Amino acid sequence: MEIVLNDKNFEEQVLNSETPVLVDFWADWCRPCLMVAPAVEEISRKYAGRLKVGKLNVDENPLTSGKYGIQSIPTFIFFKDGKVLDRAVGAMFRADLEAKIGEILNE
Amino acid sequence: MSKYDIIIIGGGPAGLTAGLYTARSKMKTLLLEKVAPGGQAALAWAIENYPGFPEGIDGPELMERIRRQAEKYELEIRVGEVVKVELSSEDERSKRKVERIINTRGEEYKTVALIVATGTRPKKLGVTGEERLIGRGVSYCATCDGPLFKNRKVVVVGGGDAAVEEALFLSRFAEKTTLIHRRDELRATKIMRERAASNPKLEFMSKSVVTEVLGETEVEGVKVRNVETGKDLTLEAKGVFVHIGNIPNTAFLKGIVEMDEEGFIVTNENMETSVSGIYACGDVRKKLLRQVVTACGEGATAGVAAGQYVQKWKYKKEI
Repeated sequence: MEIVLNDKNFEEQVLNSETPVLVDFWADWCRPCLMVAPAVEEISRKYAGRLKVGKLNVDENPLTSGKYGIQSIPTFIFFKDGKVLDRAVGAMFRADLEAKIGEILNE
Repeated sequence: MSKYDIIIIGGGPAGLTAGLYTARSKMKTLLLEKVAPGGQAALAWAIENYPGFPEGIDGPELMERIRRQAEKYELEIRVGEVVKVELSSEDERSKRKVERIINTRGEEYKTVALIVATGTRPKKLGVTGEERLIGRGVSYCATCDGPLFKNRKVVVVGGGDAAVEEALFLSRFAEKTTLIHRRDELRATKIMRERAASNPKLEFMSKSVVTEVLGETEVEGVKVRNVETGKDLTLEAKGVFVHIGNIPNTAFLKGIVEMDEEGFIVTNENMETSVSGIYACGDVRKKLLRQVVTACGEGATAGVAAGQYVQKWKYKKEI
């Protein structure tokens, strides 16, 4: 399952995470976000234990989305050791997302 | 390798309707979709000209209904982007041609007939700054990103129905929306032009083209040139929404089926391409009108035509 992220828990859950984190920046009015949501959920289950997957609602969490300059959603950002590793904008093909995950996890 | 009677590439209204028809007539059908079923129609907030819905219907809802209807007849839908189509000639004796498909995850499928319904994607401006600032203020979908520009200044580039529609949508959120278009008058249909003209939050900049998107880490504005006077000016904006037309998703079929100079697939009235057994329907076809209603009609025709081809192939063993 994905973790629900917000302005309060972002540091603890993402920046201080021991495992790499994939954050899906989304909003409920965003059509492409809803289109990729099932794939993101599957990914969270498939990589459980190796990759943390979190969702951050940009409307409810302006501080975090502002900090990372989110102006198009969905935006996917990969974090490792508190740093941004990679960033992808738009409804990604699941295969492309998994290719990036593979690189990050060295699989 | 999995074998099918019919493989459909693309899960928009054309592909889903084709699948509804073929699955309902008991053809073993697989639909491959690269993101999720629905196509570009699933991004539309209201489809006002699809018959049978006088109040209009939400894009995702209409697409969800068509998908459910197709799945009721056991259409198999899988996610995967097709990168290559090969015409195999391994069955030389009977002169049967079998198309083979390979998708990104290295999976291979075989099929007797193929229906291409891959649609189009937005055309880019091709100016400095555009590529670098995608997701940083440059967008091709107002209904996706519009609400993020609440009380900001935005520009929309383009003069057709799509551009006007997106500008009207953006004007609900943005402080100011400026529509920049090349011609003297908007290309959009009368109903859209009237809606645009009566919207007090919309401004127009005619006879103008965007020559650069400005900003380092996010969009700060655009450089605009007046095509008549040649004069340049800078317009402040946080968002640049580009709606200058679409290009077909047909790169993987180059050299296989006949296309026009822009890459749209040429078919006959039965949706058959220059290669027998390969059909095309929906926005990806060379044609006059690209709407959900035409996509569905063509999908039905392609589904039936492909079904007849499969029947001939199976029972008469000749094509």
